Amino acid sequence: MKTATGKRDWIHYYFKSTSGVIGLFLVLVMVVLSLISALNLAPIDPLEQNPIDALQGPSGNYWFGTDQFGRDIFSRSIDGMSRSLSVALLSVGIAATVGVFLGVVGGFFGGWLDNLVVRASDVIFAFPAILLALAIVNSLGNSWIDTSIAIAIVYTPIFIRVARGPVLTVKEMDYVKSVRVLGFSTPRILMRHVMPNVLAPIVVQIALSLSWAILTESGLSFLGLGTQPPDASLGLMVSEAQALASFAWWTLAFPSLFITVVVVGLNLVGDGLRDALDPARRSSG
Amino acid sequence: MGFLKRLASVLTTLFGISVFVFVVLRVIPGDTITSSLGIETGVLTPEQIDTLRAYYGIDKPLVGQYLSWMASFLSGDLGFSYSTGAPVWDLTRSALLVTMQLALFGTILGVLIGISIGMFSARKPGSARDFLGQFFGLLALAIPGFVLSTTIVTVTANKFQYFPNGYEYMTPFEDLSMNLQQMLFPSLVLGIAVAAPVMRTTRSALLETVDKDFVRTAYGKGVKPRIVRLRHVLRNSLIPIVTMTGIQFGYLLGGAVIVEKIFALPGMGRQILDAINKREYATVQSSIMVFAILFVTINLITDWVYRKVDPRIK
Repeated sequence: MKTATGKRDWIHYYFKSTSGVIGLFLVLVMVVLSLISALNLAPIDPLEQNPIDALQGPSGNYWFGTDQFGRDIFSRSIDGMSRSLSVALLSVGIAATVGVFLGVVGGFFGGWLDNLVVRASDVIFAFPAILLALAIVNSLGNSWIDTSIAIAIVYTPIFIRVARGPVLTVKEMDYVKSVRVLGFSTPRILMRHVMPNVLAPIVVQIALSLSWAILTESGLSFLGLGTQPPDASLGLMVSEAQALASFAWWTLAFPSLFITVVVVGLNLVGDGLRDALDPARRSSG
Repeated sequence: MGFLKRLASVLTTLFGISVFVFVVLRVIPGDTITSSLGIETGVLTPEQIDTLRAYYGIDKPLVGQYLSWMASFLSGDLGFSYSTGAPVWDLTRSALLVTMQLALFGTILGVLIGISIGMFSARKPGSARDFLGQFFGLLALAIPGFVLSTTIVTVTANKFQYFPNGYEYMTPFEDLSMNLQQMLFPSLVLGIAVAAPVMRTTRSALLETVDKDFVRTAYGKGVKPRIVRLRHVLRNSLIPIVTMTGIQFGYLLGGAVIVEKIFALPGMGRQILDAINKREYATVQSSIMVFAILFVTINLITDWVYRKVDPRIK
């Protein structure tokens, strides 16, 4: 947010927080690994089966060991990570765009439109996230785009709520009233005078929602409703590891570690952003 | 006035939920007939298909289907499970008990763990113990329930040969000791998920209250520190904690879907999951509806408790 010391102040503040920096580092590591996989630079093809090497422990050849078909768990983990991150980015992208638009427009204009938006989000809020995603994925299909749309629907109301709150306050402020009196166009008022005040909480919400989206995506594929075999997905790998983990711990440990690391990272980034973007919280550190 | 208004808004929400559930589940490509007969559907004559559609009641217009579903739902008839022929309500009743017991135990464990660690952390903000508490909170937030469950199952079943969930499920009335053992790990997994946000809320609420004048006064007039922490600080921090617990209870019902599957508990989550796999409209629709009603009810109760805890809220 804009403060007396300047626009870029929050970036400086963010990097002063150790946990924020650690979080950013963890997320970046996962992003780089995903890119390596997405660019087909993984050491071994994640789908390649080497039955002779089935269920080997971690070694120089297979860094994270192999699964029951002799597939490389490291390559499959980074492949799964890239799939999880794609779903998370697309779903949160949709949810944030639609949610912020509806929240800002509803909050600013009020009336029946606002009423409808709030009611609709109450309806979606009345379902536990994973259950709703499950029902929608079941209707739409199993592709990563279907999964993303399902997760987007689940998390849109949160963005509506986060955006709408500050708009209700801001629109009553004198400076917004005065630009209205000056006759500025509504889109201009919304973009130039209202949006900047909503941005900070939304940025924080994006980081947190990305972590929830990853948890929901991996939960869905764990239940068999997301990515389908033989494609790699972290949730699916954990699900398959249920039968293997007692004698091949690495089949469970590494995919689990990947999910946990990226979710921890995103949460730390979210907390760091919250502190950095909200001047009131800075003093409490 | 306030109550009536609230009731009206809850009813509107429930109506919206029922329409939403109906619409989402009707978009399903492929219907009950294809899923129960598989590829054999291809050899059916159009007349046979029409007869089957009429039998399942999916030949009528959508609005008619919705209305007849709602009418029977409201009269307590949730339909029949196509595969077993059992009334959905009978299945749901026993499944609800399992899920409610699980959710209740999970919440109790979660609140106990969460408040304890929150208090442990808030005693000395910025200290090593605070770091430890916050680290727990972060991990509990980040480790998915299915990872924790799978790990627990692997360790207890294989290293300690202890796996009560491998036996047939027992209700508390049949075999209380077995039931509690079967509930132990699943509710612990759910409890840890609840503990994370409860811990964070407790910590920040306590830190905020500690600075208040009345706390300083209490210390000043010589009240024992332990009493101040429990009677003055914790009690005045309860509102956000209660709210967070209510919200979490809802999420926990969602988490139950996964946990029930892993620990083989015949609850609502597993019922819905099975029904989804078998494409049983009636069961999925009615079960999700029951779930949503439960969720809305819990939010109402939270709201009520909230008012009880803080008389200032009108």
